[in-house]
Amino acid sequence: MPTLPLVRVPLLEPEVSDTQTARSRQSIWAIAAPISRRQYWLFAVIGLLAPLVAWALLTATDWVDPIFLPGPLQVLQRFRDWLLDDGLIGDAGISVYRVGAGFVLSAVLALPIGLLIGAYRPIEALLEPLTDFIRYMPAVAFIPLVMLWFGIGESAKISIIFIGTFFQMVLMVAENVRGVPRAQIEAAQTMGADRGEIIRLVLLQSAKPAILDTLRITMGWAWTYLVVAELVAANSGLGYAILKAQRFLKTDIIFAGIVLIGVIGLLMDQAFRWLHRRSFPWMHTKG
Amino acid sequence: MAKVIIEKLGKRFGVVTSTPPALQDVDLAIEDGEFVTLVGASGCGKSTLLRILAGLETHSAGQVSCAGRPITGPGADRAMVFQHYSLYPWLNVMDNIKFSRRLKVNREEITSADVEAASGRADALLDLIGLAKVAGAYPNQLSGGMQQRAAIARALMGRPAMLLMDEPFGALDAQTREVMHDLILHIHRVEKPTIVFVTHDVEEAIYLGQRVVLMQPRPGRIHSIYPVPLPAQRTQDMKHGAEFRALRHEILARIRESAGVNTDQDLLDRLNLAATTQ
Repeated sequence: MPTLPLVRVPLLEPEVSDTQTARSRQSIWAIAAPISRRQYWLFAVIGLLAPLVAWALLTATDWVDPIFLPGPLQVLQRFRDWLLDDGLIGDAGISVYRVGAGFVLSAVLALPIGLLIGAYRPIEALLEPLTDFIRYMPAVAFIPLVMLWFGIGESAKISIIFIGTFFQMVLMVAENVRGVPRAQIEAAQTMGADRGEIIRLVLLQSAKPAILDTLRITMGWAWTYLVVAELVAANSGLGYAILKAQRFLKTDIIFAGIVLIGVIGLLMDQAFRWLHRRSFPWMHTKG
Repeated sequence: MAKVIIEKLGKRFGVVTSTPPALQDVDLAIEDGEFVTLVGASGCGKSTLLRILAGLETHSAGQVSCAGRPITGPGADRAMVFQHYSLYPWLNVMDNIKFSRRLKVNREEITSADVEAASGRADALLDLIGLAKVAGAYPNQLSGGMQQRAAIARALMGRPAMLLMDEPFGALDAQTREVMHDLILHIHRVEKPTIVFVTHDVEEAIYLGQRVVLMQPRPGRIHSIYPVPLPAQRTQDMKHGAEFRALRHEILARIRESAGVNTDQDLLDRLNLAATTQ
């Protein structure tokens, strides 16, 4: 943290003094320079407010048709109506449920498989090329097939989310496990640990923080696939509400829906970060 | 007892026969409770030899045994200390040291007296390495020297017959390293494990070892074995004695000879020439 010099050093030339005092603290614009917490929040608020203000100004003029770009107040108003009269909670609830189900199903299967790929070379050879291959097939392209197989029920949406996240998750978890330093494994071996103990007490423990980050990142993708699934094959949920609004040219609902999905995603991301700090205090303490 | 016998030991990585083997015809006997250091130019196979002793690497020819049993894999009787990244960052110092207590090998037919003895031993080890005050700290809160001390205590916890050390002080600064040297000598006196210590620092090898094993690359083999002509109780000022310096000079000369440092010597000569002609 930059600290102000308490004593002003007398300088020979007054013109120099300005640049000299400026240099005694490091500029925040130096490459990779640290900034204080207050400065961080200041910039974060500017970054979030600036587009909002620009949006408000743009719609306050007659420059754009409100049908194509509604103002922030109009969106907020619509959001309130949606919440009070049109079952927003229900729409958001069913969407969260689908994401949750697809994501949990994905994670429950991807964790052990990724762990085994990371721990055993033969399993890596057996499963990783296959997983790599499937992961490059766009999940969205599976929608017609999924609709044929599962109809447009809940299982269809959950399947899309599963296809979109599972294969990526397997590969990332495997990578997390492979990232465990070799010395940590070998130290356990020379203390007499057997394979099960190495997996349980070393690999899993060591990779846990990275795996939680993997879950946080794939949760974001799960949201993307949810909206895709709901746009195509649903009669409820946030994605469906957005699609319906498009048919009736209600751009304000589209905006409200998009912002809401963003906010829910941000909250989940923060929840994961909080969990990370709570579960791995040793990563967040420096001495 | 941890008498180690290595006979005609050979090691080849992969199947390519055009490259010289990592180890060839290595013969060495290490006495119970001895402190042996391995030095040599890079590629001489000193770390490979140590890893074979640990059971972390297989050998492709010859025999190696510890206390009469052939070494076929890692075991709790041969603990290893690595250069770095081997402590468990999610466990505090005390739990790192006690890690081996959680393993099955140490939990069979255990009595409450054993548990008590183990916890007493962990405390004693913490005291021995001088980390009692930071028992609750996580590894990333400790200096590099403290981390290595914790790693040594963890390795000692299960009373291994052998302590295998792979350049454990290589990443530490010179002052910390001197402290670590006296600490490991003290541990050797108190606990009496057989220690095999790999280093590229010749001074360290002489100061610590009862014998210095000099190895040569391409193929990796033992060049010669030097008994260290110093009393068992070492002190830092011995490093300035004539015998110490003579041995250091001799070993360094042999390493330079063997390491293909000739190419480096060419470079030095050319630099010197360039400097004088300017």
